[in-house]
This record gives sequence, C-alpha cells and structure tokens, in this order.
Amino acid sequence: MKFTLGWLKEHLKTEASLDEIVETLTMVGLEVEEVVDRAKDLKPFVVGHVTSVTAHPNADRLQLCTVDTGSGQFEVVCGAPNARSGIKGVFAPIGTYIPGGGFTLEERTIRGVTGQGMLCSERELGLSENNDSIIELDTETKVGEPFTSVSGLEDPVIDVAITPNRGDCLGVFGIARDLAACGLGCLTTSDLVPLPGSFKSPINVELRFDKNSTEACPLFVGRMIRGLVNRTSPPWLQQRLVAVGLRPISALVDITNLITIDRARPLHVFDADKLKGNVHARLAKSGESIEALNEQTYQLDSQMNVICDDLGPVALGGIIGGAATACTNETVNVFLEAALFDPMRTARTGRKLNIESDARYRFERGVDWAGAMPGVEFATKLILDLCGGQASDVVSAGDAPVVAGKINFRPARIQTLGGLEVAPDDCAEILGNLGFSFTCEGDTWAVASPSWRNDIDGEADLVEEVLRIKGYDSIPPVSVSRAGSIKPALSQLQRRVRQTRRLLATRGLDECVTWSFLSADKAKMFGGGRDELKLDNPITEEHSDMRPSLLPNLLTASARNAARGVSDLGFCEVGPQFKDDTPKGQQCVASGVRMGHFVPRDWIATERMVDAFDAKADALAVAVALGVPRTRISVTKDAPSWYHPGRSGILRLGPKHALGCFGELHPSILSSFDLAAPIVGFEVFLENIPLSKVKASKARPAPDNSVLPAVTRDFAFLVPDEVTVEVLLRAVQSLSGKDTTKALFTGTALFDIYVGDEVPERMKSMAFSVTMQPFNTTLTEDDIQRISQAIISKVMKSTGGELRG
Amino acid sequence: MEAKQQSDQVQAEFLDAIETALDLTALETLRVSVLGRKGRLSELMRGLGALEPDQRRAAGLVFNLLKTELAQAIETRRATLESEGLLAELSKQGIDVTAPVRPEQSGTIHPVNQVLDEVTEIFADMGFSVAEGPDIETEFNNFTALNIPPEHPARQMHDTFYFRERSDGDRLLLRTHTSPVQIRTMTAEPPPHRIVIPGRTYRHDYDITHTPMFHQLEGLVIDRDIHMGHLKGCLTDFVRSFFEVEDLPLRFRPSYFPFTEPSAEVDIGCSIKDGARLIGVGEEWMEILGCGMVNPRVLHNCGLDPSEWQGFAFGVGIDRIAMLKYGIRDLRGFFDCDLRWLKNYGFAALDLPTIGQGLSR
Repeated sequence: MKFTLGWLKEHLKTEASLDEIVETLTMVGLEVEEVVDRAKDLKPFVVGHVTSVTAHPNADRLQLCTVDTGSGQFEVVCGAPNARSGIKGVFAPIGTYIPGGGFTLEERTIRGVTGQGMLCSERELGLSENNDSIIELDTETKVGEPFTSVSGLEDPVIDVAITPNRGDCLGVFGIARDLAACGLGCLTTSDLVPLPGSFKSPINVELRFDKNSTEACPLFVGRMIRGLVNRTSPPWLQQRLVAVGLRPISALVDITNLITIDRARPLHVFDADKLKGNVHARLAKSGESIEALNEQTYQLDSQMNVICDDLGPVALGGIIGGAATACTNETVNVFLEAALFDPMRTARTGRKLNIESDARYRFERGVDWAGAMPGVEFATKLILDLCGGQASDVVSAGDAPVVAGKINFRPARIQTLGGLEVAPDDCAEILGNLGFSFTCEGDTWAVASPSWRNDIDGEADLVEEVLRIKGYDSIPPVSVSRAGSIKPALSQLQRRVRQTRRLLATRGLDECVTWSFLSADKAKMFGGGRDELKLDNPITEEHSDMRPSLLPNLLTASARNAARGVSDLGFCEVGPQFKDDTPKGQQCVASGVRMGHFVPRDWIATERMVDAFDAKADALAVAVALGVPRTRISVTKDAPSWYHPGRSGILRLGPKHALGCFGELHPSILSSFDLAAPIVGFEVFLENIPLSKVKASKARPAPDNSVLPAVTRDFAFLVPDEVTVEVLLRAVQSLSGKDTTKALFTGTALFDIYVGDEVPERMKSMAFSVTMQPFNTTLTEDDIQRISQAIISKVMKSTGGELRG
Repeated sequence: MEAKQQSDQVQAEFLDAIETALDLTALETLRVSVLGRKGRLSELMRGLGALEPDQRRAAGLVFNLLKTELAQAIETRRATLESEGLLAELSKQGIDVTAPVRPEQSGTIHPVNQVLDEVTEIFADMGFSVAEGPDIETEFNNFTALNIPPEHPARQMHDTFYFRERSDGDRLLLRTHTSPVQIRTMTAEPPPHRIVIPGRTYRHDYDITHTPMFHQLEGLVIDRDIHMGHLKGCLTDFVRSFFEVEDLPLRFRPSYFPFTEPSAEVDIGCSIKDGARLIGVGEEWMEILGCGMVNPRVLHNCGLDPSEWQGFAFGVGIDRIAMLKYGIRDLRGFFDCDLRWLKNYGFAALDLPTIGQGLSR
C-alpha cells in the first residue's frame, strides 16, 4: 500500500517528522517497507530554459545548448532529438549524482567541447525507462525552481505492508486513523453531508439472489450523474495517482481509483447510456462470459457474483468492470455503483479467473460495511467538481449486514494476557480513538467494533489493539526458566538421530540435506512411485514424488559433484523417507554413499577403492553405536533391487527384523544417474533399532579383570564355496562358554580367505584365530587340545569342511 | 719421589686423556694402562708394601683417592661416549618426519543440523522438550485448526504442495509450516506444554531466496498464566543466546497471523557492510521471526478451554538464522550438496554445541 506524506497529511494534522511517522507506522503494526524521498534524491535538479541551440562543431548528432537557470548560463552538449531552443527542461550542474544512471556528473570534453552540465531524461532521474528524449516541462514553468516542486515529486512516498486482517488500512484515511490513535496528530477529515438528488435516478438497482447466497452482495447502492464532461484529470489528481504507481486515465476513472486508495472503498462508474434497463446483482449462469476492462474475456460459472443489466453481465462484482459499459471521453451520463461483496466469494472468483485488481484486493480483505454511502457521496462531489453535471437521488437495494455482537472485554486481560499494566482510563481512550464503542463499567466492558474493523473477533483482539497503540516495546520481558524439570529435551530416537549424524561425520562422511521429493522415474527405481505419494502440483517433474529412499537424492548429489570434477566423496543424510501417506509411513533413515577411493594414492598407505565392506562398516557402526550388540547382528543376502545382487546385504536382528541395507549400488542404477562404479551405499532404519530400556539404576557391573592368561590358536579349514564366514564363525563361537569348552572365546578373528593353488575346485580355505580365556584355572596343553578338537569337529559338522593340513 | 708427586704425575698423564678419549676403545686402552693389573697406578700401589707403615698409609690414601677419581672419570667418559654412539646409530635410522601421515577422512555436519542442535540446547535450557510430526499433513492440522479457513487470504500467503485428492474428497498436503505439530501435541496430550518443533517445511516457491523445502522451528508454551511478557523474555533470551551477542537490539512489532492474537514480528538490529550482514551492529532492523499469543480459537479447536489455558507460539526459519549467523549468502547452497560448500560451511563432528562449552567456537 503506497501513499505520499502529503496525502496522509490531508487526513492527519501533525507536527511529526517523516521519520517519526515511519517509525510509528511500523511500531503500530503497519510495517513500512520503503520510503522514497525524491525531494532528497532530486534536490540538485532545477528547471532550465534552453535559450539557444547550435550544432556541435565536430559531431553530427550532438548539439550545443545554452541553458539559463536564472543563476547562470551553462553550455550543455546534448544528443536528444527534442532539444531545441525555447523549451524548458531539467538541468543538472556538474557534481550532481544522477540516480537513474548511478554516476556523478563530471566535467567532460565531448569532441572538443566541454559541457557544463546536463539536460536530463526521465530515465536519468529514475522516473521511467524513457531515455529517448529529454524531459520537456510546461513553457510557463518558472526557471530555476527545483524540479521536484514543479513536478509534484517532492512528496515522499511511503510503502506500507498491510497484513491481511487490516483491510481498513488499505486506505490512506484508515492509516491516518491509526496514527491519530497513537497520538501522532488529529484527524481532520469528516464525513460529507449527503447531496440531495436533483432528479430521480432513471436506473434502479436490485439484488437477485436466492436465500442461500444473499451474503454474496448484501447491499447495492447507485446514483446517476448526467450531463458531465469526462476529461483529463487536473494535475493534483494525476500527480497523486502517479506517485503511488497508478496511470491517470480520465477524470471518472481517476476519481474511483483515488477513492479506492484514499478510503479503501472500491466503486465503479458505468457509462449510463450503454446500460440497458435496470442494474441488478446476481450469481452468474454457467455459459455466460464477460469482456473485462483489461480486454480479456472471462468464462463465468454459477459461483461468481456479477452485476448485470437487461442484456447480461456488465461487471464482475468486486473485481473488475466490463468493457462494453466502460466510460470513455465521450461519456456524458454515468451510473455510479457502490456495493458490499462477500470476501470469500470475491477471493474465490478472483483466484479462479486469475484477476488481480485493487478492488478484489480490498473486498477479499473486507471493506468498511458502512462505507458504501460515504463512498458514493465522495465520488459524487469529486465528479461534480471535476466533470460537472447533476446527480440523481441515491437508489439502493439490501442492507449492510447486522453488526457482529458485542465483545465482553476485561481490561485486566491486558495484564494477564498482554503482560502490560494499563490503566482502565488509558485503555478506554485508546479503544475510543480507534472507533470502538463501549461503556466503561465494572470489570467487563461490552465493546462494539467500528464498521471498518471486521477483523476484531474477541477479547484477545482488543488486548492487541491496546498493546499495539501503547507499543509492544513497553511490555516488560519475563525470562522463562527450566523450573525444576529434569526430563531431557530429546526423546531417545531424537538423540539417536543427533548421534548418528556426528558418528557418520567422524567416519568421514559429509552430511547433506536433500529434497524430500524426486522424479517419478527415480522413485520407481527405489521401490516408490505410489499414487498417494505423488504431488498434485510439483515444482517440476524432477520433484514430483515423495522419496522412498534417501539414496537416489544422494546419488544425484554425487553425480552433480562428479560433473564438477570430484572423483572421491562420501555423503550422508539422516532424514525422512516415505512408504505411504500416513504418519507411520514416514520413516527416519540414516543413509550414505561413498564414491571412488577409500584410500587415495599415497606414499605410505595402500591405495584402494571403496567396496561393499566400507558401506557395511558404516551401517554396522550406526547400529552398534545405537546399542545393538554386534554379536546379535546377522547378515542376509537379500538386499533390495537397487543394490548389486552379489555384493550387498541386509543387517538383521532376527529373520524378520531388518536394521538396514548396504552394498555396492546396482550398475544399471548407477548408469541411470550417469555415475560409474565403484559406488557403495547404506541405509539404516533408525526406528527399527530397539530402544534401550529405562533402567532404575545407572550403575554398571565391575569389569572382569581375569588374571588367568588367555591363549590364541590359529585354524584353517577347507570348506565348500557356499559356506559363509558368518556360518563358520558362529559355529566356532557357539562353543564359547562354561558349559561347552570351559573357556570364553573372547576373540574369533578371520584372517584369511584363499581360493586358488592347492585348494580344490568349489572349495575355499578360511583361516581364523580363536582367543580362549579360561574361567577358573590356567589352560593346560591338554585343555587346549580338547578345545581345538571341539572346534574342529564343530566346524566339520556345520560346514562340511575339513581342517587344512 | 714422594707419593703425592707420583700421584700428581699419573693424574696429569691420564686424567685429561681420559676426559678427551675419542672412543670407547681408546678409553679402554687408557683404563688398562693406568688401572689395569699392570697399569701405572696399580704398579705404584704394589710398591706400597716396601714402605714404612706410616708412609704406606699416607701414600695408600693418596693413591686410592686418585684411583677413585680416575675410575669416575672413566665411567663419566664412557657414558658420554656411549650415548654419543647411540645417538649416531639412531641418527642413521632417521625418517623424513615432514612427510604426510596416512590419509584420514573427516566429514562435516550440515549447518542446518548444527544450528538445530544449537537452538535445541538453548530451549532445552529453558525447559522445552522437542516434539516432531509428519511432513505429510491434513488440511485440518495445517490450516483449519490453526484458524485459517479455506478462503482466508492467509492461505494464499502459503503456496502449498498438495497431494492428489482422495476418493473421500480429502486432500493431504506437505506442511507449509511446523505449526500443525502444535495441533497434534495439544490434541494428544493434556497441558501444560512447553515444546519446540523442528522440521522440514514446504512451499511452492523456487527462486534466489526461496527453496521448495526449508526448515522451521516452532515453539509452543501453554500454561495457565503465560503472557506476552514471557513471550518477549523467552524470545529475547533465545535470540541473544543464539547470535551470542549479549546486548543484541531486538524489537517486537505488531503483526498478524491467524493462529495468534496478539501477534508480533521480531526484528534484530544489524547493518550491512560490503554486502555482509553484521548482527547486532548498526541502524538497520531485520525481521527474524513471527510469534504471538495462541489464538483462543486454536485452543478451542484443540479441545482446550481458552478461559483456563493460554500461552504463546513462535516460528523461526532455521536456514535463515543459519545464514545470518554464519554469513551464508545463498539459500540454495543448503540443498545443492556441493562438496566445496559442505566443506566450507559444514561443522566438525566434535563441535557439539552445548550450553556448557558454548554454542560455537
């Protein structure tokens, strides 16, 4: 919402400076976004009279102008085609900052002639894009005057962001009313005395709604004005509109625009001679259409509010007028319309037809329901003043809606809800200044809102009214303290998410945050693509489906980096993936990818590329760090289809309890991301990791500092190819314990897998060491022999293998 | 010759030689020639038997003193030579210690999550706990319950991602703010409430300053006597703690949100120098969060009696405050996963923000 300081001061008598006004507006809830003070920017520019023009001696397209500014004669080199003797233009002396060009004017010699200043175009002053010609002022303009004062641009323009609840401040008068309530001045505008009609309106108005849609337009007021002359508006009106960014059109149109901005009261003026019969408001019939003032034709439906004459729609109620009945310079009789339109219906229609207008903007936020008549009177006065003619009586249909009920307001709530002590008298004065009516009796006042404040809903709104006028600054802050609670802020799962991120970062992965959505193709590749997870209005096709896995977006990110020349990287993300559209279908997953080298070429370390075991290590590290005992985790080979079928696995805590997946990514998946192996990835489902039980005591058992020496023995077996390490080592580990071997196997470590010479076909050699820790007595050579024999027979039995000689 | 003279002569002959012996072999030769069985001093001592008892005692004393002195000198010299020898030997085993160590990997924490951890610490210290909710929400939780009816202009302020309409006419959406978790919390558990709600939020907007996904932190305090003074105190403490500027200027301005009444926006003092924003210095104000007292209609929608319960709520953009605090200029970088960006703006895993050790380095 833009307005000028001068415009504001038409309604508000104030001594306050621009800065004070701007500060007060912001602190009262009308946030000032920008102040353009052209008087400051354009101060050095003055009116200059071009007294003579001669050709430039050395350039065909340039001329030498002599400019008289009253205080001196200046030689100016000028290339504008309209520079000629006798005109008056805008002169900038040397040293002037040219706002539209972003430079300071310096003395410069152009082809042998030194200019002493410049005649400016509109673009150079930052007024428009026009740079083809210099500004020509009226020849009567006084030489030497500041340009801003002769052009009406000296008035600072204030741009205020009006929140959607404050439709009343979409008019300059409403803004003045808020400032007056703050004590920044007093309101000087009073309502006009209604002008009696000098004849009966030949056009009548009517509301034609059924009882289910009366709210669409509860009140319709009109008046005919005849015998007028529509002409260009006077300079004051044009300047006012231009200052706030509107284009002057003709007096009739400019008057309605002025009242829209001044009083937040949209009006419409029909050319009465183009209307057939009476005017009525109703809902449109489907199939109807209207050509609007913006030269677009709109198809209407039965939910849209239209103003019609006998032939059909002539305006879209509250949004835009029709082209067929628009006023032109030839118009002599007009029908002035002011109505109340339903905010919701106006919003729906405007959105459906995609029409933005100043009228729609105000109606959908709610206009002063008592503003139609004063609007008509104000428009009548301006039309009669500027265009002449005679006004008819006022015709109307319907009524302004009944006032909402009174609000029970306890002034004490300003303290108990607002935190500020305000004396009841003070409170009464503020509400009174804002237009509320009430009687100050007892602890609860019955408060009625003014007709322009349809946003006031209850007691809390009244508390806000008083607080914002007193200033939120005056509310004393009260710190909030922990006050005795010893509950942690985070749940166990939340803590795990936080720990997982830091664990993965210590393992060398850089944490990413990637979109929650991806393309349908990629969703399908990773088990997604369900209809219920498709967005109806995605930003692009690349963001159409909710992600079924974190991997695809991490792969996309890897590919982007690879395209920038990165060959080795490790990314992780902890975030949501979506199985279905229910809250439970959203799962919290820790995922990561590694690409290229795990160990780069190095003078001391052995270079190697990432492999599935790096991803397994990442996944295991997460599970173990979050409390899953390493020995309870088993691995199956049935990882999802996006992994390499032979080089991937699922970490499980039981046959049906998957903790996560890991492995090399499937080569065909990689190629669809324009990536090449080796790339490995993992996914850990954090919610699948059992929560640790809350224990009554945090105390831990003492460590087992057994002093008996442990013994380590190596074994090597030839086993069939399909025997997994896990099967072999579990068989060995099952012998650990008091009841079996009378020794604890504290370490069972695989140290070699060998296939090749000396190993038969379809067999492999697996070598491992076992560290045996005795319980009660030192292990004798016999004990060790006994345990070794037990291991050998167990392995042979469970794997079909044999001890390698 | 007197024993003293003889002793002095031997001392003069050997002591200096011992102390300057070049190596262990030379030292050993010297030892043998003076202290060995046939050494000079040994011979002198053997000659003592021929003396009178008095003289013998006196001379013995002198020779023994010399013997001790020489033996000590030899030991001292031996230790010196031995350590010099070891040194020379070890020097031969030297490596180039300026060479690099074996490659190690170090990852980083994304600034969004680092800042979330920082913010969580601050609110945990004020007795808040962390609540979360789903990204896919109902229109009721995201709008209607928050006092944003279908045609309200405020709904147009959110450009919402919708899912396809279901057969029952219901339409799910991606939450446009974290506020629906307020509704979930208030309908699921009895008051009082003191929670913060971090999470992903979504709006249909993609340009230099907007991404279709971003992060928000919502706060909700519901109790019997919470008023706007508490709102101001809580948020002032939060903002100053977060930016780690003790006297950071703050101002609360009236504003409008359908779910709060009264409503406010909070600005912090800042300035812009060479394109960079300095927090807490200068004349400019910059909006940082929105807040207000929970609208009685929202309480009512959640089954709470507004005459008994009241409180405040606020919302702050995590990406935005991360950008402000750490001088990150382009929002889109947050989601681009450019390794250079991550290494530059990411945080070390060990830099866990806590109240005790401070939020940032």
